[in-house]
Amino acid sequence: MTDYTWIVPLPVVIPLSAAGLALALYRRPNVQRLVTVVALALVLVASVALLVLADDGPLVVDVGGWAAPVGIDLVADRLSALMLTISSAVTLCVLLYSLAQGNEDDEESAPVSIYHPTYLVLTAGVANAFLSGDLFNLYVGFEILLAASYVLITLGGTGERIRAGTIYIVVALLSSVLFLVAIAMIYAATGTVNLAQLAIRLPEIDPGVSLVLQVLLLLAFAIKAAVFPLSAWLPDSYPTAPAPVTAVFAGLLTKVGVYAIIRTQTLLFPDGRLDDALMWAALATMVIGILGAVAQDDIKRLLSFTLVSHIGFMVFGIALATDLGYTAAIYYVAHHITVQTALFLVVGLVERAGGSTSLTKLGGLAKLTPVLAILFFVPAMNLGGIPPLSGFLGKIGLIEAGVQMGTPLAYVLVVGSVLTSLLTLYALVKAWNKAFWQTPEEPRPPVRLPFGMVAPTAALVAVGLLLTVAAGPLYAYTERAAVSLTERTPYVDAVLPDGERGQGVSDDVAEDEQ
Amino acid sequence: MIDMSPNIVLVVTIGVLFATGVYLLLERSLSRVLIGVILIGNGANLLFLVAGGAAGRPPIVGDEPEGQMSDPLPQAMVLTAIVITLGMTAFLLALAYRSWQLHRHDEVQDDVEDRRIAQLAAVDERAVTDLDTEVAAGSLDEEAAEARDETDQGAPRRVVRP
Repeated sequence: MTDYTWIVPLPVVIPLSAAGLALALYRRPNVQRLVTVVALALVLVASVALLVLADDGPLVVDVGGWAAPVGIDLVADRLSALMLTISSAVTLCVLLYSLAQGNEDDEESAPVSIYHPTYLVLTAGVANAFLSGDLFNLYVGFEILLAASYVLITLGGTGERIRAGTIYIVVALLSSVLFLVAIAMIYAATGTVNLAQLAIRLPEIDPGVSLVLQVLLLLAFAIKAAVFPLSAWLPDSYPTAPAPVTAVFAGLLTKVGVYAIIRTQTLLFPDGRLDDALMWAALATMVIGILGAVAQDDIKRLLSFTLVSHIGFMVFGIALATDLGYTAAIYYVAHHITVQTALFLVVGLVERAGGSTSLTKLGGLAKLTPVLAILFFVPAMNLGGIPPLSGFLGKIGLIEAGVQMGTPLAYVLVVGSVLTSLLTLYALVKAWNKAFWQTPEEPRPPVRLPFGMVAPTAALVAVGLLLTVAAGPLYAYTERAAVSLTERTPYVDAVLPDGERGQGVSDDVAEDEQ
Repeated sequence: MIDMSPNIVLVVTIGVLFATGVYLLLERSLSRVLIGVILIGNGANLLFLVAGGAAGRPPIVGDEPEGQMSDPLPQAMVLTAIVITLGMTAFLLALAYRSWQLHRHDEVQDDVEDRRIAQLAAVDERAVTDLDTEVAAGSLDEEAAEARDETDQGAPRRVVRP
């Protein structure tokens, strides 16, 4: 069998190199755009290749040829590969959208030359976080994507963006410090930061210490994933950024946090001592998030609150800690990335056509741009969980897993998730009625929406529909991913074939010790 | 076997750094928040040094006996963390300067839209209004420029509507 492990680092290496190239070419915007599009297309191809290859077992690269616990390793298993594929498809669509926006608008609002390199760095950071097989490298991945996101959220430096950016950055810095403290404590307790080796060593340490470490890691990741009560920063900061930036943030950044929770909960802390606490957090996230959405007038803020609310669904699946729960949670992550990003892109178009994002001021868009009405309607119904769309499939999977669990708390969560779905539907239908059907205050001039912006949005909506059509194979894939996550051995064995070292040059050191 | 009992001076220093850092993080002024972030970051870095065990000989294979070396891995991680903190500090400084350029102060402001919704809830008003209800206020940028929080003692301020 041919060795394909060389593909594993590509999703990190290609965007980082392209970012350098794009930065050097800042005087030639057209070449810069070409570099960015080609790089992200290549990342998509590499991710799809990994998705297919990882189904036969995790692919492991010991970076620089240093063996695993000493050196850093990159691991592409089913979960990582699936996350990578969805995220690279989404980043490519959003990039095409922002290119068209740049072409259409005047120079002032067009993305400045720093936009493309930063965007590439962001995708590299996301890919690094998904692929990392080492806790400290995961931290570095987080920092790469966060640093890029700081630049993107304050793009242009207007008063409102500086205000929102400040809150976002300070909260993100705090969660990074918490993560760093957790890593230091874990190193003090176990003497390693390699995830596979931690999976072997953590069960051996004192259960009380291990619980503290778990709480610290969960706190750090829950801030990033916006789990209530650590979610207040999100609806405050996301809506002010440019539409494509908000879209990619909403789709990806919180999901990286969710991914980190899934990875550490399954691999490092499989005994599930915090599952009940996670259940309550999931319930509060779902219900309080959606009540926030119901109260909003600004459609971007409304969507930000639904984003928080639906993180609760994923945490619900994780807290169940069964194969069925993880299967549904992973499928839900894939569904939610595409749908939430699509909705934010549509809202960018709504703002363009209606001249506002306030539901009070918008109106009559269904008559003005019927295409936009369809583009909003499909992902909105998908998010609300109307059958047969993918949102329905993900939710029914979670409910099935909850009922199978059968505990009173699980039933409370099942009821909570149904209630949240209904309220989501209510909030989105209200937004639909106000924006598309209500009589506008003053008639808007007819607008022509640029094809370059509509096409990527439509493509993303189509990807959301594809998740429904291909739900059978995809659900089977996430089920295999979930089973190998709860087994834990495929991951550990792939990284440390003999239980001690990975493949690399530090073999002689290992021999010395014996 | 390396002695793993932590250095008490370092542990106390870490405690002081975290306590002062958290105190400063609770301030409104971005410059103070920044100093708080730096202090907490340095506390975390010291924590790494403690995590690496007692100090020892330089970890260079061949020069020193292997049993007496200090652990090089936490040092490598601290270096990475220091570089990251440096970058973030520079960015926050730029942010504080930009805030001063725009508003002549660097205070972290409240979310205006959030306050508006809260005010509506306080007077039992609907968030979404129709043609026949009152007209919404000006743009967020306009309101953000006017909202400054320490001067009005935290009470919700009525923005004058055009």
